[in-house]
Amino acid sequence: MSSVLYDVPGPRAIARNRILGVITVLVVLAILGFIVWRLWDTGQFSAEKWDAFTYSNVWLQIALATGRTLAAFAVAAVGALALGFALAIGRLSDHPWLRGPIGAVVEVLRAVPVLVFMFLLYYGLPVLGVRMEPFWAVVIALIAYNGSVLAEVIRAGVESLPRGQSEAGYAIGLRKAAVMRLVLLPQAIRAMMPVIIAQLVVTLKDTALGYIITYQELLFYARYIGSQSTYGSPIVPATIVVGAIYIALCLILSFVANRVERRLRRTAKLGKGVAPADDAMTATRAVAVQAGLDDPEPRR
Amino acid sequence: MGIITDNLDLWSSTLLGTLVLFVAGGLLALVLGTLVGAMRVSPIPVARAVGTFYVNTIRNTPLTLVFFAFAFALPPLLGLRLTGDVSLTLAICALGIYTATYVAETIRSGINTVPVGQAEAARALGLTFGQVMTLVVLPQAFRSVIPPMMSVFIALLKNTTVAAGFSVVNLGSIRSYLSERGENQFVAILWVMVVFVVLVLLLSWAQRALENRWKVAR
Repeated sequence: MSSVLYDVPGPRAIARNRILGVITVLVVLAILGFIVWRLWDTGQFSAEKWDAFTYSNVWLQIALATGRTLAAFAVAAVGALALGFALAIGRLSDHPWLRGPIGAVVEVLRAVPVLVFMFLLYYGLPVLGVRMEPFWAVVIALIAYNGSVLAEVIRAGVESLPRGQSEAGYAIGLRKAAVMRLVLLPQAIRAMMPVIIAQLVVTLKDTALGYIITYQELLFYARYIGSQSTYGSPIVPATIVVGAIYIALCLILSFVANRVERRLRRTAKLGKGVAPADDAMTATRAVAVQAGLDDPEPRR
Repeated sequence: MGIITDNLDLWSSTLLGTLVLFVAGGLLALVLGTLVGAMRVSPIPVARAVGTFYVNTIRNTPLTLVFFAFAFALPPLLGLRLTGDVSLTLAICALGIYTATYVAETIRSGINTVPVGQAEAARALGLTFGQVMTLVVLPQAFRSVIPPMMSVFIALLKNTTVAAGFSVVNLGSIRSYLSERGENQFVAILWVMVVFVVLVLLLSWAQRALENRWKVAR
């Protein structure tokens, strides 16, 4: 195998790579060994520390906490998608009085840390007399941040389309809204699908911030069960269990994103022969090509 | 403005806390991320597998969970007593280890943008491995890495606020100190937002400036 960095290895390089491989394995084993030794030495493998996880009620509570995490994610994901589309369409508007302010809102929402926004909703608004459940503080902050990020993603998707797409739409008599709805958005969503799903993974990850503003999701329950001295304060086992659940949830969503991306790439390849996507192809140039004035294939 | 001028001590100490987290976490992320990125593009299958596993696992872990593990699960394992300095060090480690995965991916994709023909031509000229790297591949990769790397650091700056949930002083935690002094929390948090918008705008301005300066002309 050859890459930018190295040639196909010869006998000396193969020997050297083997040695480096052995060193890598040794270093990884040393780190793992250290962790296991510390876990063993502090008695994390004892039955007492895992006692809490033998009760069905504890697992029921974990299931409920997972449900609350997923509930916040589901509402935030749907809201963020809706807000993302609204902001993207606003930012692509022809009217400067709409485009300008919405652009500013998007930039500000993207620049503010999600946690600070949650603080504003949960600790700040009561000063003004608005009390908010932690659930809604988490969800609204996630919608605001991820919605503005998705707006930029969708806008980039629409702007990356060849200009001929919207020109063709206008040429057959469609109005602005119809061009957007029937021609531009479907293609932009298709092209940006992997990025959109990746942003949803970020949304799922950020629901964990709710722990800091006392939303009773998985981490909150891990902290609670980990401080119960009747079970021997199993904070390390609780972190391991809850961490495994979180990572599994995110991995599932990331796996979906990868599948979608691979599928899109496959179908895009098939479609290439039918419709060559040429960014430089504009209406004027198309006319020139038909008149035989210009070569449609750019020469390299 | 009174909320700032009357509490300048708090604002300066929390801003300093945020900057310490940002700089120290960023340095750790750069060192660790470069190492992992190098492993991900190395000719050694084991190193590639280890790098891929690290990146895929940590990228699918919420930052809050990383902080949680470092703040609550690690001290009993290592027998640490939680003082201010220990909390700060643990927070820097959490930020660094989390951000390192993004640094590694940025470096890897930067190296992948260099066409193979560049290195092959350099090797055909008889340049050694070191010369191919320092004269041909890395200068080109560096240029295409700068803009996405700045985005990684903007994200890191915003992520420093998570440390507020784990008793580390930074801009995210100024709200609780100010409310103890009887200030309006709503206004305090709005000012924190303003500070972050300004800091992020500064970083994106730097990003654009660097991008224009080191644009790859192909």
